[in-house]
Amino acid sequence: MQGKNLLELAGAIASGAVRVVDLTFTLGPDFPVIVLPPEFGQAAPVRIQEISRYDGRGPAWYWNNVTFGEHTGTHFDAPIHWFTGKDLPNNSVDTMPAKDMIAPACVIDCSAGAAQDPDFLLTVPLVEAWEAKHGRIPERHWVLLRTDWSKKGWRDYSNLRDDGAHTPGPNAAVMKWLVEERGIIGFGTETIGTDAGQAGHFEPPYPAHHFLHGAGRYGLQCLCNLDQLPATGAVIVASPLKIQNGSGSPLRVIALVSAS
Amino acid sequence: MLQRCEACGAFAYPAREACPACLSAGLAFVDAPRRGALLAETTARVPSDVYFRERAPWRIGLVKMDCGPTMVAHLHADCVEGAPVVMSFQLDKSGQAVAFARPEGETPNMADDRQWREMTADPKFRRVLVTNGRSVIGQEAVAALKAAGAKTVFVGVAEPWRPFAGEQLLRGQQGIEVVTLDASDEKSTADLAADIGGKVDILVNTTEYVRPGGLLDRRGTSIARDEIDQAYLGFINLAQAFGPAMRMRGADGVSSSAAWVNILSVHALANWPAFGAYSASQAACLSLSHCLRAELRPGGVKLLNLFTGPVDTEWFQTVPPPKVAPRAVAQAIVSGLKGGLEEMYVGDVAEEIRQRLAVNPKALERELDR
Repeated sequence: MQGKNLLELAGAIASGAVRVVDLTFTLGPDFPVIVLPPEFGQAAPVRIQEISRYDGRGPAWYWNNVTFGEHTGTHFDAPIHWFTGKDLPNNSVDTMPAKDMIAPACVIDCSAGAAQDPDFLLTVPLVEAWEAKHGRIPERHWVLLRTDWSKKGWRDYSNLRDDGAHTPGPNAAVMKWLVEERGIIGFGTETIGTDAGQAGHFEPPYPAHHFLHGAGRYGLQCLCNLDQLPATGAVIVASPLKIQNGSGSPLRVIALVSAS
Repeated sequence: MLQRCEACGAFAYPAREACPACLSAGLAFVDAPRRGALLAETTARVPSDVYFRERAPWRIGLVKMDCGPTMVAHLHADCVEGAPVVMSFQLDKSGQAVAFARPEGETPNMADDRQWREMTADPKFRRVLVTNGRSVIGQEAVAALKAAGAKTVFVGVAEPWRPFAGEQLLRGQQGIEVVTLDASDEKSTADLAADIGGKVDILVNTTEYVRPGGLLDRRGTSIARDEIDQAYLGFINLAQAFGPAMRMRGADGVSSSAAWVNILSVHALANWPAFGAYSASQAACLSLSHCLRAELRPGGVKLLNLFTGPVDTEWFQTVPPPKVAPRAVAQAIVSGLKGGLEEMYVGDVAEEIRQRLAVNPKALERELDR
């Protein structure tokens, strides 16, 4: 690409001809985190502690100490997160190729289905129907599952019941198919986790994690504003913190959308 | 408790070096019979002491104990000259033990006496914050405090998006207000204090984070960190958010702020290696509680530590009985507040450890090691 084109892009962003959509929830202590059975280790919640706020602890400056687990808030999953990707090269957030942090996205709108059924599952026929309308999913594209789940209150958002979470996600077949037949770069959701709430009972368990990370692909979760993206043509910028040997990280996810 | 001569059996008061009857030096403190008779009473109308000046008129009297000594005591309003009374030592607002005389037998609304309430932290008419309503102990505490006449019981629930067992016992109940509180989070604690900090008369810290294991059976520090975040830092967050206003309101009328309650493992006093890191987190909280007690004292607010052995809850499933029922802990909270106590041992395990620690701490350490 010519340097001139890049400047044109910057100009288009400045003028609004290319919209920048923030797909990120505010990182704070109130946002739900994944709940594992209590006998397993738990993600540390987000904690923000003031170091000083223009006071005796630091008269002219305000700053915080922040602690959180790698998988809190809107966050990125690297292949090393799952056992299937543990032996791949460059499988952690600090070693993954920087160019993978920018890629186009296909947005599959399943908000109607998810509104009907919290256990709604994305399937191969549903994606094929989407492709019939919008064209074949190109390689190295993100597939983002729009469910409007991000618009719910936190209780309905996490939707925990006695038998675990009930939230929408992909079934096992569609994950294998998206990774192997379509070569997607990653899969993103609005829910806590790229997998459905009940995906622990699927075969294999947690198929999004299993197939994505096993093939060196990525996950994005707790996204919002997917309803502001077109079905095709948006470009996602998702660059996780460069945590040493990190399995993932909270991050700012933005989408570039042509306004026309 | 009074001194009793080991030689002649005479009781002595005030405390002295030798028995006034036989001059023996063996004067041990023992539980004394509490009955006596009110010899004379008087009312101080313009006391010189600044504390009593504000609370005048104040009744005091001379009580002739059945066991011998005559004592000056604060009087319950229903005490009548010549009539029998029951004596107790109470901690006054400055943390000092003072003699208090109550009528023998029950009188109507006996616990509502103005002078008695100064010596206690009765939850009746007061507003209470129970910090963790997710736990069984928290839920039992809410019920017990409500039954004891608390005006409002605020009950903290962390991560309100997570349903929990017993939720229906708390939500939508008269006099119970569910509030969002994650004590381990500085901001959540400060936010709640901004809302209700000015009307918490009693704070019951029911933080509960029990995990088995000591040092060598665990990998890394993440569980220890959770223990410290929940128990120790949670305590600090609560104290910094609610403590200052509570201390400020210690003299805010008959339903002033009155007490802070901690529920601690008795293994704060002696480490139990099977729950070794947990014991250490509790020891840290115990030390902190002594600091808080001293800091609350200028405001006349008491701090009550309840020591328990293993409680009959999920995380002590593998521990054989005897275990303390959560309801017994809740009842102890109420009775401790009603009595104005600073320390209570709930259940057989806690009581045994208290006694054994006093007799032979090294032997206790060896026994806990099994």
